[in-house]
Amino acid sequence: MKIQLNQKNIPILATMAVFFIIYTIGSLMYSGFFSLRVFTNLFIDNAFVGVIAVGMTFVIISGGIDLSVGSVIAFVGVLTAKLIHVHHMHPVAVICLALLLGALLGLVMGCLIHFYDLPPFLVTLVGMFLTRGLAFLTSLNAIPIKHPFLEKIIDFGIPLGFRAWLPATGIIFILVVLLGIYLSHFTRFGRNTYAIGGNEQSAILMGLPVGRTKILIYTLNSTLCALAGVVYSLYTLSGYPLACVGLELDVIAAVVIGGTLLTGGAGYVEGTLIGVLILGLIQTFITFQGTLSSWWTKIAIGVLLFIFILLQRYLSTTSITSKSSIAKE
Amino acid sequence: MSKFQFIKKESFQKLLWPLLALGLILLYNIIFTPGFIHMEVKDGRLFGSLVDIVNRGAPVMLLSIGMTLVFATGGIDLSVGAVMAIAGALAATIIRPDYVKGVLEYGTMRPLWIVMAIPLFISVAAGLWNGVLVAYVGIQPIIATLILMVAGRGIAQLITQGQIVVFIHKPFQFLGSGVLFGLPFPISIVILMTLLTYLLTRKTALGLFIEAVGANPVASRYMGVRERLIKIAVYMFSGLCAGIAGLIVCADIRAADANNAGLFLELDAIAAVIIGGTVWGGRFSLAGSIIGTLIIQGLTTTILTKGIAPEVTLVFKAVVIICVALIQSEDFRNSITRRFYGAKVKRT
Repeated sequence: MKIQLNQKNIPILATMAVFFIIYTIGSLMYSGFFSLRVFTNLFIDNAFVGVIAVGMTFVIISGGIDLSVGSVIAFVGVLTAKLIHVHHMHPVAVICLALLLGALLGLVMGCLIHFYDLPPFLVTLVGMFLTRGLAFLTSLNAIPIKHPFLEKIIDFGIPLGFRAWLPATGIIFILVVLLGIYLSHFTRFGRNTYAIGGNEQSAILMGLPVGRTKILIYTLNSTLCALAGVVYSLYTLSGYPLACVGLELDVIAAVVIGGTLLTGGAGYVEGTLIGVLILGLIQTFITFQGTLSSWWTKIAIGVLLFIFILLQRYLSTTSITSKSSIAKE
Repeated sequence: MSKFQFIKKESFQKLLWPLLALGLILLYNIIFTPGFIHMEVKDGRLFGSLVDIVNRGAPVMLLSIGMTLVFATGGIDLSVGAVMAIAGALAATIIRPDYVKGVLEYGTMRPLWIVMAIPLFISVAAGLWNGVLVAYVGIQPIIATLILMVAGRGIAQLITQGQIVVFIHKPFQFLGSGVLFGLPFPISIVILMTLLTYLLTRKTALGLFIEAVGANPVASRYMGVRERLIKIAVYMFSGLCAGIAGLIVCADIRAADANNAGLFLELDAIAAVIIGGTVWGGRFSLAGSIIGTLIIQGLTTTILTKGIAPEVTLVFKAVVIICVALIQSEDFRNSITRRFYGAKVKRT
């Protein structure tokens, strides 16, 4: 029993180890790396990635994938900017509308995947095309966002001492992570998600509401994407239709590095949080280094992704027995 | 003989829907775009909108040929865009090795075969990497190729040091903008590659093996088909196609742009393959994929001539792909037939 528990936790332990190793190396090499401010910046700069990554964790645990996330962010960003800047709508109404649209998109994609048995990557690929196209249809250029209400939100923050503070976007990120943890561990929805990912056929035979759960997962994910879009527009204070091209890959990488099995059935939202922080840490590292160009980030992410997939592969072949215990979770 | 005709008929029926869609797009253009059908020969080269559609679609056609085979084995190759960027970046840096150091003189003329052979070799090696990950390590194709898609563009930028390497190399440029038999040279390459692939897969048993591996890997392994070898070969072939496409794009614009070369083209290729009626893991249709590419390129050209921003084509692409995917989905067809005939159609 104890061995099984360990094996289940190896990916997440490896993730934590990688995080601490990079953080230690950075702290030893550069002065100022080990500070509360750099640490909170990880939460601020990666808030939008983190919010989606939580949704993506559920999708991947259920055995699916969502490629549309980057485009949804761009679409929501441009839409918010245009409605506020050009049509002078109140931000609260715009944000509600954006979240509703996100939920609707996820609902449609989930229905297509469930009712017509289309592969998730295909449906979400279409979602990616569609939302990116809609973003361009909304505006071809970047639109600034200016509104007294939004400025109030941006100015809001919790001071943490040591010249560090946690602004609204960071708070949203942490709240979403907490919500994800609650959903995955303490609700029926979360348990159904693990069951579907472990073995969909068994889940159906067990009488679990597979279809409803699947549709809910995609709806949740797209709603979180829309929320991430709002966070992203607060972060950049503009809407740009070409924003976040290729972000879906970063998000998937964060989830996988966070220890979620790509075959579905196992993974933790907590791990995803660390995965996102590792991606942020790599970027911070390269910024501190100064001479390395930003494309090294991509190579580093690719290498990390490769190592973690190999680790997962190794674990899943050595412990077929533990998979059943994971599915039970 | 009659058996032969039956097979031909069936494969033609599969192409019927894509052909109809292509016909509709062409018909729309012939009616509403003045001078669309017009073609003329200038300086020994054929000019016209139709030639333009095929010429612009050439890189995606090459990608879709490779992608078709990968799709048939039940895989997917997301890395083709990044491989294109790597191939272009390599070719440009081989022509001008000192460019990135700031030396602006055009260097010595490298022989054409070196300029082409090294990038193509690396492209095939990239395919081998994907294939080994999928066949031997056992990672799902979408993730295995995702690694190279993320890292590949970084590698391409590493090769060009983040710069856009411009060059002049007459023999190499022929690859992108040359003329052979009155047609742009990329079209000739596409025709050659399609013919080669057709002969290799349909005149030998290779095509059947590929479909068998896709339809049921375990059964085909018991039958003695070398499943892993076939998978690796298919990914290597996809890498080769991507490499050629990358060289064409690079030679056409006479520059290597690691950031934008082949960006999103993997999605176009996937869309073309799906529109063409290739089943994910099973029957494939090369002609279907080529027609699929023509549909996508035709849509893009139509939208361009209408003066709508080219980026909006994405919306149309999305609609076309989801419609085709729905038509192919058995559950969807059943729900439609149920509605019309009232009877419950038996699922197979």
